[in-house]
Amino acid sequence: MSAAPQALRRLLSEIGTVDQVGIEERVAKYTTRSIKKKSKLFGLNLAVSMVDLTTLEGKDTPGKVASLCQKALLPHDQGDVPTVAAVCVYPAMVKHAAKYVKGTPVRIASVATAFPSGQAPLKTRLAEVRAAVADGADEIDMVINRGAFLSGQFSLMQDEIAQVVEACGNATLKVILETSELETYDNIRAASFLAMRVIRPGDFIKTSTGKTSSNATLGNNQVMLDAIRDFFLETGTAIAMKPAGGIRTAKQALHFLIAVKETLGDEWLNNQRYRFGASSLLNDLLRQLEKERTGAYQAPYYFSEAAEAY
Amino acid sequence: MSRLPITKTPKCYVGGAFIRSESGRVAPLHDARGAFFANIPQCTRKDLRNAVEAAAKAGPGWAKRSAYNRGQILYRLAEMMEARSAELAEAIQIGGSTKADANHEVASSIERLIHYAGWTDKYEQLLGNVNPVASPHFNFTVTEPMGIIGVLTPEEAPLLALITLIAPAITCGNTVIALASESQPYPAIVLGEMLATSDLPGGVVNLLTGQRSELVPTFASHTHLRAISGVANADERKEIRLAAADSVKRVNLRKAEDPTDWPSPKLQGLSAIRELIEFKTTWHPIGA
Repeated sequence: MSAAPQALRRLLSEIGTVDQVGIEERVAKYTTRSIKKKSKLFGLNLAVSMVDLTTLEGKDTPGKVASLCQKALLPHDQGDVPTVAAVCVYPAMVKHAAKYVKGTPVRIASVATAFPSGQAPLKTRLAEVRAAVADGADEIDMVINRGAFLSGQFSLMQDEIAQVVEACGNATLKVILETSELETYDNIRAASFLAMRVIRPGDFIKTSTGKTSSNATLGNNQVMLDAIRDFFLETGTAIAMKPAGGIRTAKQALHFLIAVKETLGDEWLNNQRYRFGASSLLNDLLRQLEKERTGAYQAPYYFSEAAEAY
Repeated sequence: MSRLPITKTPKCYVGGAFIRSESGRVAPLHDARGAFFANIPQCTRKDLRNAVEAAAKAGPGWAKRSAYNRGQILYRLAEMMEARSAELAEAIQIGGSTKADANHEVASSIERLIHYAGWTDKYEQLLGNVNPVASPHFNFTVTEPMGIIGVLTPEEAPLLALITLIAPAITCGNTVIALASESQPYPAIVLGEMLATSDLPGGVVNLLTGQRSELVPTFASHTHLRAISGVANADERKEIRLAAADSVKRVNLRKAEDPTDWPSPKLQGLSAIRELIEFKTTWHPIGA
C-alpha cells in the first residue's frame, strides 16, 4: 500500500470524513429558497461587493486591464452600485492595474506560483510571489502542490504554503485547492484543513483556478465552508473563502450566499470573508440590479458585454 | 377490448425544446362544443425572459446563415406543414372553424411561407443600395436584422396570423418570440412540433401560450426585444407604446378592433420585411 491512502486516512480520522450524499442533498435545497425584493437587492449588492473581477488570459494587455479596473471602480453608471472587492490579474499585469486602483477601495489580487498548474520550482514560485507583491499586489492567489497532496506528502505541501505565506508579507493569501483535481469531497476537506493550519487568520481558501473542466460547485463550496466552520470551532481562527470559476449568473451567486449564510452565518457575509472569483458574473449581477431598479428586463449589451447585434 | 386513450400534453416550443411553463400552471382548453380538449401551459414573464435568452443565443448564427440557406429552411418548414396539414386543420377546428375554412387557412399559411422562402435572397437587392455621393467614395446602404422581435398574434386566424407575423421576421435573420392566440392556442402548439423538424435552428422561433394580460407588459418593457409587431387593442397599444419608448423599440401594431383579412396577399411581401430590418450606410474610399 502506498503512503497516500495511509496519510490521508490518518488525517481524516482526525478531522472527519464527508457524507457525499448528505452534502449533495443539502446544497440541492439551497437552490429552492425564495429570495425576493429587499433580500434579493441586498444579496445582489453584497455579491457585487464580493466580486474579484478577473481576467486571466494569455491575450491580456495593459489596455484590457485598464478597462477592467474602470469597471471595478464604477461597475455601472446607474443606481447605487458598490465597487467590487478586487481585480484579479496575472503578475505581469499588477503594475498596470496599480495605476488605476491604488488608493481606492478596490484591491489588486494577483495569481502567482506558476498559476494554474503550479509546476515550477519552488524558488521560481516564491520569486513570482515577491515580484507581484513588490509591484503592488494586495492579495496573492496561489495554487497548492496537488502532486504532493495526492502522493501523501502533506508536509511538503504545507511547507510550500508556509513559505508562500512568508513571501506574501502583508498581502492576503488565497490558497487554491483546485478541487477538480482532488476528485473526492474527502480530499477537498483534507486539503482545506492542511491549508488552514498554515495560513493566517483572514487568509482564504479557494476552490479552483477556473482553468480546468469543472470549477466551483455548490457541493465543493459546501465541503470547504463546513471545513472552515469546523476549523473555527476548534481553533477560533476565522478563515475566508473564495469560490472561483463557473459562477456566471446572479442566481448562482445568491445560491452560494445562501450556503454561506446558513453554514457560517452573518460574520462571513462580507468581502473580508467571502469572495467570488468571476469575470462574467458582475455583468449579470448588474443586469439583475437594473431590472430591480427599473422593473424592465435588461439586454446584455447595456453592460459592456461583448455582444453582436443580438 | 378498448384501448386506454393516450392523450398529449401540449407544450410550448422554446429554444428548440418543448417546455412547460416555469410556473407549472396550465389552463383547460375546451373545443367549440364545450368538451375538454387539453391543458395548455400558462407562460409567465419569466418564461418570456427565458425565451428571449434562447432567441439571443440563436440569433447571431441565424443571421449569419446565407440568404439562400434561410430560404431553403423556410421552404422545408412549408414542406413539413404540407405533410401534416390534416393535423393542423384539425387543430384549427377545435376553435370552431369549419373543415373547409380550416383547410383553407392551412393552405394559405403554407403558401405564405413559400412566398417568404422566395424573398430571403431578394429583399437585399431591393432595399439595399449604392448611393450617389459627390466625393470619391462608394456609399452603400445595406440591411441588417433588428434582433429579437416580439409578436402578439390576434385571437382569430390562429395559424395564418401567426405565420403571417413570424415569417417576414425570420426571413431577414431576426429571431422571434410569439404569443399564441389566447383563445385558440393549439395550432401554435402543433406548429411548434413542425418547427422542431424543419431544420430551423432551435431558438429562432419561440412560441408561448398563456394570458395576454400577463405577458403584454413584459413584451412591451423587455429592453432586449427590438420590435413588437402584431395585433393589439387600444389599451394594449397605449401600454406597449409607453414602455417601448423607454426601451427605444419599434412598434408595428394592427388594431384589434378593425377586422383584418388575413388571407389577403396585401399582408405579405417586401413592406412587411422592411418593417423588421435596420439600414446601415457605409462610406468607402474609391481607388488606392
